[in-house]
Amino acid sequence: MASLVERFGGGLATILIGLVAVWLVAMVLAPNLMMIDYALRPNLPPAAIGGPDDVYSLDNITYLAQESVHRTIFFKTVWASALVALATFVVCYPLAFWLAQNATPNQTAVVLIALTVPFWINEVLRTLAWYILLAFRGPLNALLLSVGIIDEPVRWYGNGGVLAGMIYAYILFMLFPIYNSIESLDKSQLEAARDLGASTLRIHRRIVIPHAKAGIATGCVFTFMLAAGSYVAPALLGAPGSRWFTEIIYNWFFEGGDWNRGAAYALVLLVLCLLVVLLALRIARVNLADVAK
Amino acid sequence: MRWNAEAIPRFLFALYMGAFFLYLFAPLAVMGAATFNASRFPTVTPWRGTTLEWFAALAKDGAMWQALWTSFVVAFFVVAVALPVGTAAALVLTSLHARARSLLYALMVSPLLTPGVVIGIATLVLWRRVGVGGGVFLIVVAQASFIICYVMLMIAARLQRFDRTQEEAALGLGASKFMVFRRVLLPFLRPALYAAGVLAVLQSIENYNTTLFVRGFDTPLTVYIATKVRTGLTPAVNALALIMIAATVIGAIAYEVARRRQTRRG
Repeated sequence: MASLVERFGGGLATILIGLVAVWLVAMVLAPNLMMIDYALRPNLPPAAIGGPDDVYSLDNITYLAQESVHRTIFFKTVWASALVALATFVVCYPLAFWLAQNATPNQTAVVLIALTVPFWINEVLRTLAWYILLAFRGPLNALLLSVGIIDEPVRWYGNGGVLAGMIYAYILFMLFPIYNSIESLDKSQLEAARDLGASTLRIHRRIVIPHAKAGIATGCVFTFMLAAGSYVAPALLGAPGSRWFTEIIYNWFFEGGDWNRGAAYALVLLVLCLLVVLLALRIARVNLADVAK
Repeated sequence: MRWNAEAIPRFLFALYMGAFFLYLFAPLAVMGAATFNASRFPTVTPWRGTTLEWFAALAKDGAMWQALWTSFVVAFFVVAVALPVGTAAALVLTSLHARARSLLYALMVSPLLTPGVVIGIATLVLWRRVGVGGGVFLIVVAQASFIICYVMLMIAARLQRFDRTQEEAALGLGASKFMVFRRVLLPFLRPALYAAGVLAVLQSIENYNTTLFVRGFDTPLTVYIATKVRTGLTPAVNALALIMIAATVIGAIAYEVARRRQTRRG
């Protein structure tokens, strides 16, 4: 604080601190605390708010534990998001390695620009593109039918569609952190390993992946979090059998009319994501400053 | 090519690259091509004849233009909030001592690690308590709360390369502290401010998860498009997507050409 005043003078320092305080208190902390407050209170008619029934309890959260459909969807969202992160990693890793180690600077520039093109248009349009491609009477089925791979159209909407759409949406969040971390790996290490007779698989397992683990952890954490909190991909590409936890939350707010229960579910989602972040950071021995790069 | 031990992995890698970029661009190609199909539903199979009618349909879609306008209004205010606050956050952060810094840093990046729907919900419930419902105002508040993080990170990255002796020199020459800020620090940050501004606009216009919960009765573009899927999708939406893709490709090529010219100049 003192150094801030010394550097910018009292007036400007006050403005800077004021802006940051408004952001962190009114836009970050207060909303989350209010969400916890909602989550712990019962859903009451306006007249009963503040009355004898308006007490804190864990009822809204234990409701989630008891309601078997919601509980199943919650756990399914967790493991499906982990699957999305894993699949996105598998899809991105070879390209990230090639970009960081083998590509010429111009190749890298062209590929990076090609990669960003789908990402300047928004997530809804990206998902819409998959919605059109995967339609029951859509181009993918038509192509596979005409080639003779399938005999009758496949219903892609559902788990498969959601997976394809999510991997597509989060490629960059996985690719860039891994690319950045592999880029700092010295080529001579790879050459030394190869000269000493290591196989390609072994080089990746023993040298590249340990070196890039911060980037890999970052990519996986972001992808998991984005997948678990995604609404548009399951809403457009899902089927009744592939509902996502965010859809349940949305229904509590805008169809079920129980904001307290919705807030409790959102709180559970938030806690889950924070736990995953902390766990991943602990496993990869990375700190937060590296993640946000 | 000579048949050697390298050939098989090289072939596999080429196959992977082909599959990767097919995966990346096939959906966009199909979405773009469907714009020209005379079918009511956007698809390329069956092809019912080539037409430009969907561009005309897009031009006449008043609700879509209204939604686009709403998105621009939101983006404008998000930038107006996020640039000053993000810059302030970066300055405050770099002026602190190590221990306080890491705590504040964790708090400042926490919105990036919060699912978008949770940000929307938390903002919604807080403001309902004070009697403010969803709408453009809440969309701006909710989006800014995490877009500020991106601005903060970009400005902080630029600040790391700032040479503080420039400030001392200006002070030594008799400039006031405010003048140093305005004439030395801000001009140094300008490229990062532009970049952060562009990123903030893009993040704001593309946002859906957070916006969905705080939109009230206002309909920004992403919400409008998603609603269309339920209420009757026509290739007019594809025409819009195609225009956005074309603008992006042109922008990306222009950027790359400019970059190469710059590197050649050295």
